[in-house]
Amino acid sequence: MNLSKYAKVFDIGLQNTFVYRWNFLLRSLFGLVPLAGSVMIWRAIFHERGANVAGYDYHAMVWYFLLTVLVDNLVTPTEDEWQIAADIRDGQMNAFLVKPFDYLGYRLSLYASYRLLYTLCTLLPLAALVWYFRSFVTVPASLGTWALAFASLAMAGLIQFFVAYSLAMLAFWILEISTVVFILYSFEYFLSGQIFPLDIMPGWMHGALQVLPFTYELFFPISIFLGRVHGAELARGLCIQATWLLIAWLVARTLFRRGVRHYQAVGG
Amino acid sequence: MKRYLEIYGIMLRNSVIREMSFKANFLLWMAVELLWFLGQIIFIEVLFQYVDRIGDWTKWEVVLLVGTHQLIGQIFQAFFYVNVANIPELVRTGKLDFMLLLPMDSQFAVSTRQFGMDNLINALVGVGIVIFALARMHVSPGVGQVLMYLVAVGLGVAVHYSIMLALVTLSFWIVRAQGLVFGYYNLFNIARYPDSIFGKGVFRFVFSWIIPVIVVANIPARLLGRALDPAPELLAHLAGAAVLAVALSRAFWHFALRRYSSASS
Repeated sequence: MNLSKYAKVFDIGLQNTFVYRWNFLLRSLFGLVPLAGSVMIWRAIFHERGANVAGYDYHAMVWYFLLTVLVDNLVTPTEDEWQIAADIRDGQMNAFLVKPFDYLGYRLSLYASYRLLYTLCTLLPLAALVWYFRSFVTVPASLGTWALAFASLAMAGLIQFFVAYSLAMLAFWILEISTVVFILYSFEYFLSGQIFPLDIMPGWMHGALQVLPFTYELFFPISIFLGRVHGAELARGLCIQATWLLIAWLVARTLFRRGVRHYQAVGG
Repeated sequence: MKRYLEIYGIMLRNSVIREMSFKANFLLWMAVELLWFLGQIIFIEVLFQYVDRIGDWTKWEVVLLVGTHQLIGQIFQAFFYVNVANIPELVRTGKLDFMLLLPMDSQFAVSTRQFGMDNLINALVGVGIVIFALARMHVSPGVGQVLMYLVAVGLGVAVHYSIMLALVTLSFWIVRAQGLVFGYYNLFNIARYPDSIFGKGVFRFVFSWIIPVIVVANIPARLLGRALDPAPELLAHLAGAAVLAVALSRAFWHFALRRYSSASS
């Protein structure tokens, strides 16, 4: 497989995104408001409680939310599903189908470049925050934990990408995918650990969540990094994550193949 | 004024007809909002596993707050959201020209074309939650309190509208404006938190007066659920913040229009 053409796509993605740097900057700036909200509500809760919450103290909780923002920037697709759906709806897909080009590979390259630039844009304000809260920061002592956390992070990114890609594939059959996207997005928002760490939920709820994919889209890599999962539990989590990755990839491929057969190339 | 009411009536009718021709979509959007709301209730449940109160707010008072936030947000979305969120697109494509040519106020023209019925139904869910929370609190507010609450909810809708308008007006300068619409959700993310968590610092001041998202739902909830809070003061604060927001966003809109040069067609 010739990788250089995908490297070129990656580069185009970078340039495209850079044109819209204001959009990025504003997004990252506004993104800090919910973070401030999370920090403040937990400050109030720890103040009221005067004790740990499921093994988190205030410092660990703030550090958790900072990591959430970082990981979210690194792995969560922002516009990919809309762009793919638009390619299908407007008939742009024609141009890809006749070229010696794998559309999934093409979108993956674009996704990678978007995520890289997005993270770079948000790095400065985030670094300032981490510096401000520097006494709250803890990093894993062992290299093995770092490696596992990064492996899990990469899988989280791929799962999120394949999910977004699969959702966009629905545009082959239905005109308007936004409702479906937002339904899934609601689940992701509440069940992937964005608004609170999942392990502070009652045990049975957290247990049930461990078989669903949402945990592995954000929370799991962070909890490895924070050293909150060990041994057998860690191994089991990585296996479930890998399984979901495989499923998401298969679904993405299958939907594309079926979709192209159904495709009518409207307007292209 | 009468003419504007007539125009608005016609737009409402058209909008309902259009919406009823996409019934599945209508139901799905309702489902999205309900899921979102359910998630927030779970969030409250999880928090109150660990504490009995947050600042001076008990659990059911927080539920009342979230229900009120839902009510205000959904009324805003029903009447204005889709229209205002579409402004960047009008600017980008130059379609705004046609709106400016209409023989009516430009801000009215861009703010009132479509109307979301599903949001209005979700607003009723908010009302249900508010009543349920009041029952659990064993509070039955007097007529005066309910009236003040309704006024405060209206002021809250005005704040939502003004902040959203100010955000999308930035699209006269910034071409790609999805980030601006996200800004609305990010800013109002903190509106559902009890005000007492924000301390007394700069953050609280900025988000109570300049971008008054903190007071939008908190003040109505206090007026309805807490008879002991100083009602006139609270209502005056919200009214002041709302008037300021409406005036500033309208001024900003006119300022931006002056530099609008239309898109090349």
